[in-house]
Amino acid sequence: MKSLNSLILAASFGASIAAIGADRPAVRTDQPVVRVEPSNLQGPRELQQQTAKAAIQDYLDSWAVLGSAMSQNQPELLEKDFIGEAQDKLAATIKQQQINGVRTVYQDKSHDVKIVFYSPDGLSIELTDTVQYDEQLFDHDKAIGSARVRTRYLVVLTPTEVRWRVRIFQAQPE
Amino acid sequence: MKPALPVLLACLSLVGRVALAQSGSLIVPATIEAGSAFSIQCGGSGQATLYISGPGQLIKRDVQLGGSTWFPAGSLGNAGHYVVFLSSSSASESGSMDVLPAEKPADLTFIAKPSRLPVALHGAITGAVYVFDSYRNLINKPKSVSFELSNPSSPTQTHVVQTRYGAAWTQMDSSPHEGKDQFVARVENVSSTRIVSQVPGDPCSLKMYAKPAGKKVQLQTDPVRDCSGNAVPDGTIVTFTESYDNSKSTVDVPLKRGVASIEMPAHPGATLSVASGVVLGNQIRWNQ
Repeated sequence: MKSLNSLILAASFGASIAAIGADRPAVRTDQPVVRVEPSNLQGPRELQQQTAKAAIQDYLDSWAVLGSAMSQNQPELLEKDFIGEAQDKLAATIKQQQINGVRTVYQDKSHDVKIVFYSPDGLSIELTDTVQYDEQLFDHDKAIGSARVRTRYLVVLTPTEVRWRVRIFQAQPE
Repeated sequence: MKPALPVLLACLSLVGRVALAQSGSLIVPATIEAGSAFSIQCGGSGQATLYISGPGQLIKRDVQLGGSTWFPAGSLGNAGHYVVFLSSSSASESGSMDVLPAEKPADLTFIAKPSRLPVALHGAITGAVYVFDSYRNLINKPKSVSFELSNPSSPTQTHVVQTRYGAAWTQMDSSPHEGKDQFVARVENVSSTRIVSQVPGDPCSLKMYAKPAGKKVQLQTDPVRDCSGNAVPDGTIVTFTESYDNSKSTVDVPLKRGVASIEMPAHPGATLSVASGVVLGNQIRWNQ
């Protein structure tokens, strides 16, 4: 099975379904809307739906962790969801924020996720995410400005003991 | 109407700020290459603070309005989307810019699997690469990756693959001869090498002969080889079986110097057979 059923996958992310289905329980209004596009993978390894679902869910969780770490300037929060290059770069940004007395609040609003590569050894999953988020910058608790950002992320996840963690986290123009 | 005047002035002041924010006095390059020098132009007069902010990096700089602020090469190395805020006592503006990965590859992440496998298996070796620039940004523009699997006694296998989203993969056959193969992934002048050990496969056929040894019969195999002619490693178990008068005795013998040898009781009329794994060898009827 090399293509994923986007509808079934989307059904596992409460935020997106909450916007569509009235029979679902209410969810937090600040949860992002998530859309998962069918994958079009080329490779020898089948991507099981359960694996894809877990990887995407862990990736979406990482945005909440990113938001907390950046707004509280606590790089140690990143460890749960980020690893390697992504963790190093984000932690370096937090260090720069600390030095400059700055903190940033990131709030993801929507995700449009598509898995684009599953390595033959099963050690990495790459996805693209067209994401919308709000960014607010504070300098010594003074609000400097805010912006609504829409960009596309290239993300590589690797499996660790209990979850997929983000190894590469890089935005690029759409 | 009098009380309305201060309100109106306050509103005009607010409109002025908004207008300034939209006036384009902050000029930011839309895209730059990671690590390259760039400048940001800030209109107006007086002092302000400039912030370049994104998950990948933060830069804060005091600037003089009415001119360009220069950022030397290496200032912004992490690819990504950045929001630029300009804050002064009288106004606040924002813009945005994208930092793109550099064109030139500088590093590869290359994973080859498995590191050890039997010879002559089709498509059994896989390699996957991610291509990075010197700032460890994933280069998402397509690049040609050359995968080469070679050893001194087999023809080199070469596959050229274009990266997609910075990644490329291939499958290779294990070579017919045992040994350590070099598996190289190369992009432009950057390469990464892995060693893949190829070991003999299962025995292809078994042949034994028997000769008298006093009151016993000595059984010995010919050198045991896989289907590509490689010697099967010492320690591989060979099973000798002797059947006579409705009874059977079996002995497991490890290969030593490529052959297995054992002495068994010499029962006239006994049937002697040999096997290793799923491979059956010849049978001998002992009539002496």
